[in-house]
Amino acid sequence: MSFKDNGRLARAPGADKFPAIGDYGVIGDCRSTALISKHGSIDWLCWPRFDSASIFAALLDRDRGGSWSISLADTYSVQRSYQPNTNILGTRFETRRGTTVLTDLMPVRENDALVPDHEIIRQVACTSGEAEIRIVLEPRANYGEAALKLEQRGKLGLRFCQGRGVYWLRSSLPLQIDGNSATSRHKMKAGEELFFSLSYTENAPAVLPDLDQVPHRISVCANWWKKWVAQMRYEGEFRDEVVRSALTLKLLTFVLSGAVVAAPTTSLPERIGDSLNWDYRYCWLRDASLTIRNMLELGHLDEATQFLDWMLHATRLTQPELRVLYTVFGNPVPRERESRVLRGYKNSAPVRIGNAARGQLQLDVYGEVIDAASQYAFHGGLLDREMQKTLVGLGNYVVKHWNQADEGIWEPRTGRRHHTHSRLMCWTALDRLVCLAEQGKVKGPDLDDYKRNREAIQQQILTRGWNDRIQSYVSVLDGDDLDASLLLLSWYGFEKADSPRMQSTHRAIRERLATGRELLYRYPSDPPEGAFAICSFWEAEFLALGGGNSEDCRHLIKGLFNYRNDLGLYGEEIDVKTGDALGNFPQAFTHIGLIGAALSLEQRMKGEQQLAHRAPGTPVLTEALSGGSRKL
Amino acid sequence: MNWTSWILSGFVATIVLSAALATSQGLGLTRMNLPYLIGAVITHNRDKARLYGFMAHMINGWAFSIIYVLIFEATRNTSWWFGLILGLVHALFVLSVGMMLLPTLHPRMASERHGPTSRRQLEPPGFMALNYGYQTPISVFLSHAAFGSILASLYHLH
Repeated sequence: MSFKDNGRLARAPGADKFPAIGDYGVIGDCRSTALISKHGSIDWLCWPRFDSASIFAALLDRDRGGSWSISLADTYSVQRSYQPNTNILGTRFETRRGTTVLTDLMPVRENDALVPDHEIIRQVACTSGEAEIRIVLEPRANYGEAALKLEQRGKLGLRFCQGRGVYWLRSSLPLQIDGNSATSRHKMKAGEELFFSLSYTENAPAVLPDLDQVPHRISVCANWWKKWVAQMRYEGEFRDEVVRSALTLKLLTFVLSGAVVAAPTTSLPERIGDSLNWDYRYCWLRDASLTIRNMLELGHLDEATQFLDWMLHATRLTQPELRVLYTVFGNPVPRERESRVLRGYKNSAPVRIGNAARGQLQLDVYGEVIDAASQYAFHGGLLDREMQKTLVGLGNYVVKHWNQADEGIWEPRTGRRHHTHSRLMCWTALDRLVCLAEQGKVKGPDLDDYKRNREAIQQQILTRGWNDRIQSYVSVLDGDDLDASLLLLSWYGFEKADSPRMQSTHRAIRERLATGRELLYRYPSDPPEGAFAICSFWEAEFLALGGGNSEDCRHLIKGLFNYRNDLGLYGEEIDVKTGDALGNFPQAFTHIGLIGAALSLEQRMKGEQQLAHRAPGTPVLTEALSGGSRKL
Repeated sequence: MNWTSWILSGFVATIVLSAALATSQGLGLTRMNLPYLIGAVITHNRDKARLYGFMAHMINGWAFSIIYVLIFEATRNTSWWFGLILGLVHALFVLSVGMMLLPTLHPRMASERHGPTSRRQLEPPGFMALNYGYQTPISVFLSHAAFGSILASLYHLH
């Protein structure tokens, strides 16, 4: 079998070959997601929520992981796209004999309807000629550890049980059970449509959807996404890209709590064949805070309100101390373990479940959370007494601990150091709280103490965070190394982007960390890992903030679009030789970067006050609130 | 019949029965969500179904306790083990006859013979409600045994 990838003839991966990471598309229902390859195979699915054990994990092991594929028997070419302004994925297969379109979605649950708790709908339509399709369902429980017993239940469909839940597959076609898998082959003719529904519930009785309703339900789901997109206020030149990034971030937002996961996958490698494989299916307060800032700017106030509410709840037991990451329900992340079964993407072992960063100290988190709250206030949200108390508690913690070494934003497992970025974020935390307090939005902080400490941090960054010899801010106080997070000094308002020091720092970062025209490493490493995608967007934003001219910024952003996949999705890193995505996929952090850069450029072009330079409470943009001020 | 005692003991026993069923679902013994199952008779709105179903189950449990009480009065026996036996018989009836009739009686329940339709979409319970988890009968027997024994222990004969 061979296929043409958007016009390019190539060998198709067999069932035993790994597709490229960027060959995956994602669908979801804001509770969980599924990754689908270009060949119509669902290779990653965890139900009922992002960090549940997998039922399909061929993404990490072709033999043992499990998958559900709907593919063509003939040679084919593939084109994929999302339906406009939705997360409904369309895969178009063309053969010499005809054209077939596969539509995949996880319907967003309509509250008042009798629909399954969790469901994937697949629709296959032969739009011209004829096609022979093959369906193979091979579920594997608990990260590939156990095969599942499939049961035929007559006209109800096919079912299998795992743990406390039951899966039902309803299908227009009868599937034959063969051991631990179910298969079918079918010749379709033009105009013929087939429907499939895979659902999961822990509540009996399960809802078994009527397949005749599938077209209507696809339409309802499409309208839900379109309605969500319609709330978006950004109308700039990169609207399509911003919309796709926002839709991806929305997919990664757990609707029942407001938490945002960093990525829906675990252990997709940062270096192929290496052990830099981490579980990202949790909520990092840093990433979530940045997501919320984007959502606010785009006009999605509900997500921000929900996240801040969740943050209050999740951190209640440890306040004023914040953990680095939480589960979507605000619980501690499980201890890291290695899968005994899954061999990893292209043998990039180990496959890790849980994350050891749970025990790290990352002081920048305080600044990210407080800045997100201040942006919320800026957009007209009211911080209630409990939220004010929490923020002041966080500020007091920063006052006591800002001088400590920590693991920092890149969370290396090599010990703690005095990171300039962490100091910057501690400065940001106190700066924003002083601002909020002076405007009467937060009551209770000891302003003199906050200002004194803010000044001390500032002096430390200006003296020990700056290296005269290399004429640049440096990654670690009194050090010589650079990392790309230094570009954020301007974003947080610490130093203007056009200042001589920031200009010089930018030059140094380009000299030491740039690879190719657009890409940046996050820090020097040997052997080098992939370029870190968000860092390039930070550079674009730095240019937009005055570090360069807007044309350079525009060119850089456009250049970075070359590294997304055909659906507009980014991974965490980019292979500098091939341009392929590396690391967990799709990655919230990168999409956050894209939106931020596009927004900053747009604001510069319009001469609007840029997000980075706004003080909380500035009386603009309150029209973003649909129903007056929100209270948290 | 001691009406006051029936009202109180029936209420307490039904609360315990509901709590036992919900707990066994939470513990993974069964997937069966009885309030949802009952409430879906009334409404297709799943959130309202749980609420309506809980209320209907409370009323149902209370009403059913009359039969227990009548048997207690007739036999003049309110020992806990007698109530427990009545509960087990009750559970057996629910699991065998009740679950067998459910696809016919429930307006939104599908059947294996006809498959789901736009109106009938709920998974049928199957023999002894085993479709809702193979430990479902254990959960139903235990909760009804508790119902019967508590009712017997709390009820005072007239």
